[in-house]
Amino acid sequence: MVKAVLYDSTLCIGCRQCEQACAAGKNLPYNDKIAAEERLSDRKLTTIRTYGERFSRKLCMHCQDPTCVSVCPVTALEKTRLGPVIYHEDRCMGCRYCMAACPFQVPVYEWHSRLPRMRKCDMCADLLVKDQPTRCSTVCPMNATITGERSELLAEARKRIAANPSQYYPEVYGATEAGGTSVFVIAAVAFNQIGYNTLIPKSPMPAFTWSVLQHIPQVVAVGTVLMGGIYWITSRREDVAREEGR
Amino acid sequence: MGTHSRFTFWRIVGAVLLLAALAATVLRFAGSLGDATNLSDRFPWGIWIGFDVLCGVGLAAGGFTLAATVHIFHLKRFEPIVRPAILTAFLGYLLVCAALMFDLGKPWNIWHPLVMWNPHSVMFEVGWCVMLYTTVLFLEFLPLVLERFRLERARRMLRRFMIPVVILGVILSTLHQSSLGTLFLIMPEKMNALWYTPLLPILFFVSAIATGLAMTIFESWHSARAFARQLEFPLIQKLARVLAVMIAVYLAMRFMDISGRHAWGMLDQPGAERWLFTLEIVLMAVPMLLLLREKTRRSPQAIYLSSVMYLLGFVTNRLNVGITSLERASGVEYMPKWSEVAVTLGLVAAGFAIFRLAAQHLPVFEDAVEPAPPAAWEEEAPGPAYAAAQRQ
Repeated sequence: MVKAVLYDSTLCIGCRQCEQACAAGKNLPYNDKIAAEERLSDRKLTTIRTYGERFSRKLCMHCQDPTCVSVCPVTALEKTRLGPVIYHEDRCMGCRYCMAACPFQVPVYEWHSRLPRMRKCDMCADLLVKDQPTRCSTVCPMNATITGERSELLAEARKRIAANPSQYYPEVYGATEAGGTSVFVIAAVAFNQIGYNTLIPKSPMPAFTWSVLQHIPQVVAVGTVLMGGIYWITSRREDVAREEGR
Repeated sequence: MGTHSRFTFWRIVGAVLLLAALAATVLRFAGSLGDATNLSDRFPWGIWIGFDVLCGVGLAAGGFTLAATVHIFHLKRFEPIVRPAILTAFLGYLLVCAALMFDLGKPWNIWHPLVMWNPHSVMFEVGWCVMLYTTVLFLEFLPLVLERFRLERARRMLRRFMIPVVILGVILSTLHQSSLGTLFLIMPEKMNALWYTPLLPILFFVSAIATGLAMTIFESWHSARAFARQLEFPLIQKLARVLAVMIAVYLAMRFMDISGRHAWGMLDQPGAERWLFTLEIVLMAVPMLLLLREKTRRSPQAIYLSSVMYLLGFVTNRLNVGITSLERASGVEYMPKWSEVAVTLGLVAAGFAIFRLAAQHLPVFEDAVEPAPPAAWEEEAPGPAYAAAQRQ
């Protein structure tokens, strides 16, 4: 069963208990100053962002076909069967390609550590395996963030929009972004007005590089034959020229 | 006396650069990436990738271009410049490896791609290409050392494997040069449309070949001056003509690609992008037009200056792809910290210094050794074309 998280911006009151629960779960410091920083960083793996009266939440989207997993040269990132995209810090060499490539700009780095790690939300993978909801879901007083089965949550999101079309923007963010994610967002206004990137391709990103990478065997085979052939012809021509010269 | 003071000047410049790089190194390794760079979560790659890696690898392209010309295509008249080209490429790759040690967050894990495979990752391909091609360049460079120490048997043994090694080097270079463009294909929504194109791998490869030729002209000119040698001028003229054609092919592809994607409209948008794009194109188009003229190709200075201009255009292109094109979408402005610049310039200075040392102590240039040694990897005497080139 694939798990997912649904965030309903219309229910969110911006109390930031999700931030606090996340920090506690990851042993990160949390105080008013950190709460006021409305961006992801190595001490804030999820954040509430304020847009006037409205709020939006940023966390790892846990793509179905994750860009970060595909770009990591050392398989330090893994899409688990349950849905979360998790990070194996002992494998990482710190090339930061995941950060450069992530269309949602989620991965952050411990820039000031001598043993730096990439950091990001892991959808509380430790709790999901025990069939428990994520920390941010458990703590949310408004049920603005909930955890569930991916297909059921997507249906739930669509049901809420259909039941209340005047209150919701008629799309689910995450249903198709980067080929679909395991985090869904619904809101009252267009997503780009509350900080979500709506220019992300609707197909899985790894295809952009795989369409080139898959041709490597051909390049190697054709290149070897071509170079070997040219060498054979030119050296043969030289031999003949030398023989005739004598 | 004039020559002497010029060397002294450059030695002082080099020493200052190396000292600054040393200070930056302390900052990087006693501190952290955050201490030594202006990188951020929104802008994780800076000039250590944009210049040191993207340009470093490109500027090393003369190695495979000339190795293929001389050893695969048997254009023996280019033999006198193949060794300096391979030396440049080998040093270039060593410096790229050094730069990676600065840029990686945990450089001691650099061997991980050897055992933790992800063939879907372009970076995995890049890592393997760096490792394998550096090894190939070492093997191509080794005959110089063996010759210097008169290790005839080892040299003969190595020579037997040389053709497969050269072929492997050409293929690895093709993959590596293009894969540096492929790296960026996964960022379509982040990159400015003046630079993002599915053709990036091919454009990177074609411009790398041109850069290999321009670098060969560049180093021939400088070694001729530094070691008071005869410039292989007829060869340089031929290289210059091919260089002009390669730039023309590259620019034609570039223009057709932008037209095909209807991306010229990006030039209407205010900002630094359009000026840096114009700079990049002008720095390539002007030397192309100059080198297409017979008159330019009669003057060594004109050829040298045109090549330098193209190299600056190439560097501008790589910095534009690696930095300029990504800045807008990132929402932050990246300016390298002094320590980033210091490491980069220090590595360049180290490159010049080591090249000089190697050229003084190893048989890099044919006429530097007495009597004239046999051609590096082949036992045949130089062909008539070679002799004709020498006479001119």
